[in-house]
Amino acid sequence: MNEDERADGVEEAVAAAFRDEWGQVVATLIRVTGDWDLAEECAQDAFTQALDRWRRDGVPRRPGAWLTTTARNRALDVLRREAVGAAKLREVAVLARDGGPFDPHDPDFDNDSGVADDRLRLLFTCCHPALPIEARVALTLRTLAGLTTPEIARAFLVPEATMAQRLVRAKRKIRNAGIPYRVPPAHLLPERTTGVLGVVYLLFNEGYAATSGADLLRTNLCAEALRLARVLARLMPDEPEVLGLLALLLLHDARRNTRVDAAGDLVTLEDQDRTAWDRAEADEGAALLETALRRGRPGPYQIQAAIAACHVTAATAEETDWADIAALYGELARHVPSDVVRLNRAVAVGMSESPEAGLSLVAELEKAGDLAGYHLLPATRADLLRRSGRMREAAEAYEKALELVENDAERRFLEKRLAECRSA
Amino acid sequence: MKYVMFICTPVGGEELSPEEIADDPRFTSYIDEVRTSGVVKGGARLRPATDATTVRVQGDEVLLSDGPFVESKEYVAGFDIIEVADLDEAIALASRHPAALGGGSVEVRPVWE
Repeated sequence: MNEDERADGVEEAVAAAFRDEWGQVVATLIRVTGDWDLAEECAQDAFTQALDRWRRDGVPRRPGAWLTTTARNRALDVLRREAVGAAKLREVAVLARDGGPFDPHDPDFDNDSGVADDRLRLLFTCCHPALPIEARVALTLRTLAGLTTPEIARAFLVPEATMAQRLVRAKRKIRNAGIPYRVPPAHLLPERTTGVLGVVYLLFNEGYAATSGADLLRTNLCAEALRLARVLARLMPDEPEVLGLLALLLLHDARRNTRVDAAGDLVTLEDQDRTAWDRAEADEGAALLETALRRGRPGPYQIQAAIAACHVTAATAEETDWADIAALYGELARHVPSDVVRLNRAVAVGMSESPEAGLSLVAELEKAGDLAGYHLLPATRADLLRRSGRMREAAEAYEKALELVENDAERRFLEKRLAECRSA
Repeated sequence: MKYVMFICTPVGGEELSPEEIADDPRFTSYIDEVRTSGVVKGGARLRPATDATTVRVQGDEVLLSDGPFVESKEYVAGFDIIEVADLDEAIALASRHPAALGGGSVEVRPVWE
């Protein structure tokens, strides 16, 4: 092996360690120092040192343990240097003692359960309901997934300064308001777990809604969300909704690359190239869903995963079991009473019974008025009218949907449909 | 950690007299609970916002106005100073406060220490 090849190998090893270990290093450092900024700095520093040291000494057997030790030693140095008062010195002493001997060869050092607990602690703290939802998402991406502030800002289409301030404020609130760094106790766990799953799902959807090459950073959010969902599923394997979320993300992700064509235009489920779906992801999702459902405690994520599975397992669009999907949406509406869920049920009923049956459900939702201003309400009516051959009425509904739509890819899709209806 | 819980009541809501509060099981059970736990370090119930006077100084002139400084749908009806381990404990306490149960709200603010 020549020197260049070796250097490449090290860079790859550091990049891989960054993906796999960043969250764990930061999580452990926050626990031992109680200081979020210091934890991030020291983690960053450890990865920088790794580039040099691993090149010289080779990649350590357990990169995560090496990185955590290096980051922790660095934190101790910083705290010792800053320790001016007696109180601060005592803190350092506690940190040094709690950390035990800083020996990366200590067999207990990266004891898996302890490490896992730290990441879970970090995730629950980032997703604490006392933080604004945008801050929860941003903080999770920064501390657990290791995205930089400019990357997160670009992914959420906000100025970098705004994102930086959002992160600073969130960390300050955690410190000043006394948000505990822990996995919540049993009586709070169900509610807080729902919150954490919500953040991961939101992350995934941000990425999923992104459509083209220019949005690559946003599509990376899908990968980050999947990684977090996997960590959660590994750490909370007895929670069916945790498995349900991972299953849902996998089943959606399996279709991700076929959702837009080369020109960046939306391709409906009906017209997607089913041979290009990621079978491995779909199978993994379906298997996880089975495991989750066997626990006998269904919830919104498991039901949504079941709906996604109906689509992904149909060999052709015509073979889709819409009656099943309609029933599942009915079930979902019982768990999540939302008009958006009812609208989806209307689509499924329109497909399984008749467009007219779907249209009468859409009419009920229009009368209720809660979805006024939501472009998918007239778009759904338009689609059902088109399917029943009422092209002129369909065109009018598409025009209405076009007045409300914001996303460019969706706009182009609706325009195409409108043109089809007009020329029919 | 020390927090102050601001007990906020909707403007125009019912004003219970101290006697009514002493008879109301929602209040008495809460009061018993916090007394036993000893987390409440101080506090007071306040007269309604209509009894407030707001003082401002402009130059050497003292300006008085009737009522609270900010018009809002809720007013601060009282406050408790509490000492608990963390925000989750403060939230748990606030969520059992009768004012939070009865259409009001409780603002939990950490004390600047």
